[in-house]
Amino acid sequence: MESLIEILEELHPEVDFEEHKSLIDDKVLDSFDIITLISEIHEEYDVRVPVDEIIPENFNSAQSLYSLIQRLQDEG
Amino acid sequence: MLFTSYNFILFLVVLFIIYYLIPKKYQWMLLLLGSFVFYSYSGWDNVAYITVTILATYFVSLKIGQLYEQQDSYIKENKGSLAREDRKKYKAKINAKQKKYLLLCLLFDLGILAVLKYTNFVISNINSIGNLFKATEISFLDIALPMGISFYTFQSVGYLVDVYRGKYAPEKNLGKFALFVSFFPQLVQGPISRFDDLGEQLYAGHSFDYKNVSFGIQRILWGFFKKLVIADRILVGVNTITQNPETYQGIYVFLGMIFYAVQLYADFTGGIDITIGIAQVFGIELKENFQRPFFSKSIVEYWRRWHITMGTWFRDYVFYPVSISSPMLKLSKFSRKHLGEKLGKKVPVYLSTIIVWSATGIWHGASWNFIVWGLLNCLVIIVSQEFEPLYAKFHSKFNVRHNFFFRLFQVARTFLLMCSIRILDCYRNVGISFKMYFSMFTNWNFGEIFNGGLLGLGLKKSDYIVLIFGIIIMTVFSLIQRKGSVREQLTEKSDVLQYAVGIALFVSIITFGAYGIGYDSNQFIYNQF
Repeated sequence: MESLIEILEELHPEVDFEEHKSLIDDKVLDSFDIITLISEIHEEYDVRVPVDEIIPENFNSAQSLYSLIQRLQDEG
Repeated sequence: MLFTSYNFILFLVVLFIIYYLIPKKYQWMLLLLGSFVFYSYSGWDNVAYITVTILATYFVSLKIGQLYEQQDSYIKENKGSLAREDRKKYKAKINAKQKKYLLLCLLFDLGILAVLKYTNFVISNINSIGNLFKATEISFLDIALPMGISFYTFQSVGYLVDVYRGKYAPEKNLGKFALFVSFFPQLVQGPISRFDDLGEQLYAGHSFDYKNVSFGIQRILWGFFKKLVIADRILVGVNTITQNPETYQGIYVFLGMIFYAVQLYADFTGGIDITIGIAQVFGIELKENFQRPFFSKSIVEYWRRWHITMGTWFRDYVFYPVSISSPMLKLSKFSRKHLGEKLGKKVPVYLSTIIVWSATGIWHGASWNFIVWGLLNCLVIIVSQEFEPLYAKFHSKFNVRHNFFFRLFQVARTFLLMCSIRILDCYRNVGISFKMYFSMFTNWNFGEIFNGGLLGLGLKKSDYIVLIFGIIIMTVFSLIQRKGSVREQLTEKSDVLQYAVGIALFVSIITFGAYGIGYDSNQFIYNQF
């Protein structure tokens, strides 16, 4: 989780990612950020986020994104 | 059959009466029949094209859905005995089959669009190159673009990809699927709907609901007002300026740019108002396609608020799949290694942006004008993305983010920037577009427009007065809309005021609409895309 927060903070240092729960709905993350994130996640966690997982529910908070990563890792 | 023709209004009234008289379970069939009648007006060959796309997409999506069912039942049957690795292998095998069907159908659907829309463009380019070597010219194909082909093809492709991604199961009823693709109000110029938004609404029965019907009619009237009173009137001025580039340069180009912005806005948003209003009359809620785009403070924001359903379509079905595809992730790794972390990770993002904007440009029209238009949009987006840290520094130093005048400056800057890029939409080729653009800075003929120039553009004094009032009304409506739906706000006012607004709209369309008896209004601009 820590490294994910680091990745997010690198994108938007001004945002408190531990607390923010509506990153997509509040337009904090745009499509540029999302694909940068997916590429970073691929580097860091060695999982590929498929296109159909790019939905607001998965990207609205650091926690939900982390849950997605764990789920994808489990699915292998 | 144009939205603004008498035939269409008659067609709509008849359909509306039957719709609410028949049992609800037959309503969708009536809409399908209506869509068929509407589309057949544009020519029987067009009906053939849309039918082929419907059939191909229907059968292929059904096959992909069957493969999902097969996979699920196999996994269920062998739940205890199947190892994780084996399950993965089986899924991969099924997915490979699904992918083949998907690609085949994409090739077919997009192939029809490509052949019909781009063959002559390719021929003209080949001829241009051939001319250099004095080769014989290839003759152009005599093909007319079927109405709304870009819209229904995109809608079908979106559906197919969603089924492939497992977002929803395919529609098993061919008639119902055909209605989703061909629902008549959105055939002309979108919005591009998604099956999970629209499907159920089309098939569910709808009782007559006074609010829906009256809101729908109000929205249709508002669309007619924008189209007939503003867009079709200002069109004359736009055409005079842009079709005579030798005569109208300098300040006229600027004027043409502004006129075209007004025309395009009134035409396209007006058309969408009519579309959404018609659907609402039948109890169906379509997605909004605009969110006061001319109030955007940056070009990125503008594209989030203009032609929204096209933007999200390109995002979901082109931008994301391309940018997170295996080759792109590999490129990301490679570029980080060789160009450094900071620059390296931008390479795939920007490359995907260039691809998506080239595609958006080509989608808008088979000409170099639109390709350059797309790439200019892309350039501005990338440059503003690169300037982001500079903007952040500026805002941390000067606290003007919420200052009214600064925001006004941002809105005006974005508007003018978009007008400048849109100039490629107006002139017949890229060279002339740039020449005219630069003539604004070299040809100082500002005084001419007030020495009779304005009245020489085919617009009379009375036209300008109507246009000024029309633009003021549109602006005021947009400002009111910031607090929510104008119609909802209107219902809170007295009945007298509500009727007065409705009657005033109706009377102004009849009185100031740019047409006479029997005059067939101009086709909507986006119909050609």
